[in-house]
Amino acid sequence: MNNTQRPLSPHLQVYKPQLTSMLSILHRITGLLLSLGMLVFIYWLFQLVNNPVQADAIIGFFKSGFGQFLTFAWVFTFFYHLCNGIRHLFWDIGKGISIPAVYRSGYLVLFMAVVLTALIFLLAR
Amino acid sequence: MAEFRLPKNSKVQKGNHHKANGSASNTTTFKIYRWSPDDSENPRTDTYEVDLDSCGPMVLDALIKIKDEIDSTVTFRRSCREGICGSCAMNINGTNTLACTTSIKQFKGKDIAIYPLPHMEVIKDLVPDLTHFYAQYASIKPWMQTDSVPLPDKERLQSIEDREKLDGLYECILCACCQTSCPSYWWNGDRYLGPAVLLQSYRWLADSRDEYTGERLEDLEDPFKVYRCHTIMNCANTCPKGLNPGKAIGEIKKMIAKRHAL
Repeated sequence: MNNTQRPLSPHLQVYKPQLTSMLSILHRITGLLLSLGMLVFIYWLFQLVNNPVQADAIIGFFKSGFGQFLTFAWVFTFFYHLCNGIRHLFWDIGKGISIPAVYRSGYLVLFMAVVLTALIFLLAR
Repeated sequence: MAEFRLPKNSKVQKGNHHKANGSASNTTTFKIYRWSPDDSENPRTDTYEVDLDSCGPMVLDALIKIKDEIDSTVTFRRSCREGICGSCAMNINGTNTLACTTSIKQFKGKDIAIYPLPHMEVIKDLVPDLTHFYAQYASIKPWMQTDSVPLPDKERLQSIEDREKLDGLYECILCACCQTSCPSYWWNGDRYLGPAVLLQSYRWLADSRDEYTGERLEDLEDPFKVYRCHTIMNCANTCPKGLNPGKAIGEIKKMIAKRHAL
């Protein structure tokens, strides 16, 4: 019938980014970053036992400007993943799954993640 | 592994521009995805200026006007023009919807970009191949299954409460807007049934007259058929009929979990 291979219609290239899909992909990304951060954390614990000088150097890095940025980015990924995980648990029991509720809880999760990260920042000072 | 980029033969190129005739003052530009099986060109987007003073109010009206008056080769599906057949499902300015129920005005004179339903094989222009979608629909046995023999002089009756359980399900017109808005379906459409098919599946699970609930749930129990739904909720966001496939899928997951708890 057709002498050329049919193309695939555009998807990510044209589909409008929206709160629903953006928070979903953010959940995955934060989950990934949490795992990577956990490796760094375990590496530090390991050095604490075996090589305290190296462990101090790691602490030193995380006290620098860039290190502090990484730390709070990681704290944010933790709180976002936690809050959005709770949101998923509500959905799993069939609560809050209408579109208006999904948008309300979506903005709430973002707000709570920022507030809790700020709180940790203040407590850690 | 999901492929996020378009294959080489699917990359969209710049196409031709069709100007409105000189006297038109109230025009909007429609950017339309074009691909023809009759040559070996890649897809392209053609632009058409449409005189809104002589055009109906909906995006479908503009498409028909373009086909009638500017370029008869533009190809799309349409039938009822009142949101009940689901033929004119397409991606309009980034979300999937029915061209016949989408007003031109809501875009406030900005350009309107029209693509076929996303991540589908294109037959021509705005016409995607729905064969796989229909096969998936058939796979959930979308009809009432019973063993009991009905009385010869009566229909199978249903209480008002049981009938109400089908509200929000029976209205689905199988336009595939939700199905093709779902990133999970984009990456795993070969094995994941997708929001539209699962909403239909739940429509029969929720029907008090159907006697094959257990068999239906057993058929769905598979790592891919249902559980590739990660509650992204693009489906409910885009449904032109205002239905909630994500909620229906959640109900299926609950039914499967309850069945195991027994």
